[in-house]
Amino acid sequence: MDTILQAFALVFDFKVLGVMLASALFGLFVGSIPGLTATMAAALLIPFTFFMDPVPAIAAIVTTVAMAIFAGDIPGALLRIPGTPASAAYCDEAYAMTRKGKAETALGISLVCSAIGGIFGSLILAMTAPALAEFAIKFSSFEYFWLACLGLSCAVVVSSGSTLKSFVSLLLGLFIATIGIDITAGHPRFTFGSVEMMGGISFIPAMIGMFAISEVMRFIASPENQQAAPQQATKHVFRGLGGILSKYKLNVARGGFIGAVVGILPGAGSDIAAWIAFAMSKRFSKEPEKFGTGHPEGLVDAGTANNAGLAGAWIPALVFGIPGDSITAIVIGVLYMKGMNPGPTVFMNQPELIQAVFIVFFLANLALLPLGFLAIRLSRNILRVPRHVLIPIILMFCVVGAFAINNTVFGISVMLFMGVLAYIMESNGFPVAPTILGIVLGSMLESNFMSSMIKADGEFSGFFSRPIAATLGVIVILIWVIPLVRLIINQLRKPRLA
Amino acid sequence: MRLNDAVIGLVLVIFALAEITYSTTFPSLHGQKFGPSLFPILIGCGLALCGLILIVRGVISRRTPDNGDNEWVVLGDWAQSPTTRINMMLVPGLLIAYILLSDTIGFLPLAFLILATLLYRLGSSFLSAAIIAIVTTVLLQLLFARVLLVPLPAGITGNLFG
Repeated sequence: MDTILQAFALVFDFKVLGVMLASALFGLFVGSIPGLTATMAAALLIPFTFFMDPVPAIAAIVTTVAMAIFAGDIPGALLRIPGTPASAAYCDEAYAMTRKGKAETALGISLVCSAIGGIFGSLILAMTAPALAEFAIKFSSFEYFWLACLGLSCAVVVSSGSTLKSFVSLLLGLFIATIGIDITAGHPRFTFGSVEMMGGISFIPAMIGMFAISEVMRFIASPENQQAAPQQATKHVFRGLGGILSKYKLNVARGGFIGAVVGILPGAGSDIAAWIAFAMSKRFSKEPEKFGTGHPEGLVDAGTANNAGLAGAWIPALVFGIPGDSITAIVIGVLYMKGMNPGPTVFMNQPELIQAVFIVFFLANLALLPLGFLAIRLSRNILRVPRHVLIPIILMFCVVGAFAINNTVFGISVMLFMGVLAYIMESNGFPVAPTILGIVLGSMLESNFMSSMIKADGEFSGFFSRPIAATLGVIVILIWVIPLVRLIINQLRKPRLA
Repeated sequence: MRLNDAVIGLVLVIFALAEITYSTTFPSLHGQKFGPSLFPILIGCGLALCGLILIVRGVISRRTPDNGDNEWVVLGDWAQSPTTRINMMLVPGLLIAYILLSDTIGFLPLAFLILATLLYRLGSSFLSAAIIAIVTTVLLQLLFARVLLVPLPAGITGNLFG
């Protein structure tokens, strides 16, 4: 009980609440502007979180992202342009409702379902993470090695696009993680005599580059014309929602569940959760023929799922230090910077911090209702902000942010390099998320492998000597073997069919 | 910029071979079979293998007619118009200029130049580009140098608003 009171005291502090309100407005703004993603919003926040205590820093990221994922629905419904990739799955459906004159209902569903999904995800986070942490405290380097493998394998299997290209993306990330002084022998790798490279590739400038600079380049490569401001009325957002939600209450639960589970899988975030939830909704609907004509059912499922996914992604991030999506990858970087190394020991040593994270999640999703409503009312003005003015400002902001992490221009060089790399990768169908996971998990993978090898005297069988490690190991092997076997079987069948 | 898979594969194979060769020069751990070179070599082998598959795939897709993937390198739409071509070069160009010159020239003049140039190139009028650039530069300086105490390079103008 004492820790909960402490946690409440940590969150209900004038400064923390102020930070949350400011981040909420920032998140709503960034989310509703097409081309600026929720991950980019989190990346732009890092320079500020650098100067905050852990709780306000986490509160800022949680609030910004929750708001941004909802706000992405606004231009999706009004202009048929998703504000963030997480809204892309049901953007056409929402716009079809707008064309039928039901823009208010579409936005209302998005808003209420986002809040419910967020709270649902927060509940799952608050219930499972501490239990999992208690279990994880027994883990040794063997288990952590397999967990890192599992995270990386998921990132390849789950991510969008071709598996081969995801794998290349992952290997690039792992390579970037090897740059710098190596952990076991203290030998500099790929530093070419540069003192700054010895410290390794700073993770934060790399993230700013991959998520913000690549976005800036994409805008400059194809500057879209400014969209006309939407003309729909947005006054009675909550009218008639009670009926729709009680009709589709099972969809709400299913969307929340799918979102949380997909969020937990490393490498898959809110956008994939929304796609899966929307597809499931159509598959199991009693009236699938209505999909595509402005039918609210899919909106309920997917709108709930993408916000639930946000909290789900925090479960592996907090318990094991394995990010569930690219946003929690940023969060892990921030937590390390704050000396709050994610892992089961945080749950034991600083339980009030963990409780504070849960409270922040609930609070942010509750605040979504009034603030989201405000954003819907102001949408016409927000959508009128010219992007060709915002893009140069964002670029300059990134420069200062990448500099501020270590106060050297080396951060800016890393940011530029990673930005160009991410731009080229994405234009050629290579997903970026596995690279991020590779950078985050690379050193965890290697250091746990090396210390396990030393413990097991160089015998690889040591990785299967403990029951949990063996189970995890078998799962990892199956993840890789099953698709290969299926591929081979398909190849063998082909000629016979022809 | 779209590259044929074979081009990407070739780049990956060359990179992987260089990386593996360099990794073999790393010292090994005393009394251990594995050392700092193990992971880089494994990563290099993986990249080389993926690169080879990409080369095969790219060559096959280029032989299949009419799938629009017959070129080795297709520049994006931005390369068609001179405006976007220059803009695309400007982003890395301006950032490299900042990396090289910020210590001598300082944050204020360089940030103003970068902002004004990009704003103007992306379609703001000359006057509004200048005004937005000045306001943003001063706000960034106030926010980061004064509030967050980031030592932005002072350069020739000194810390005017710091």
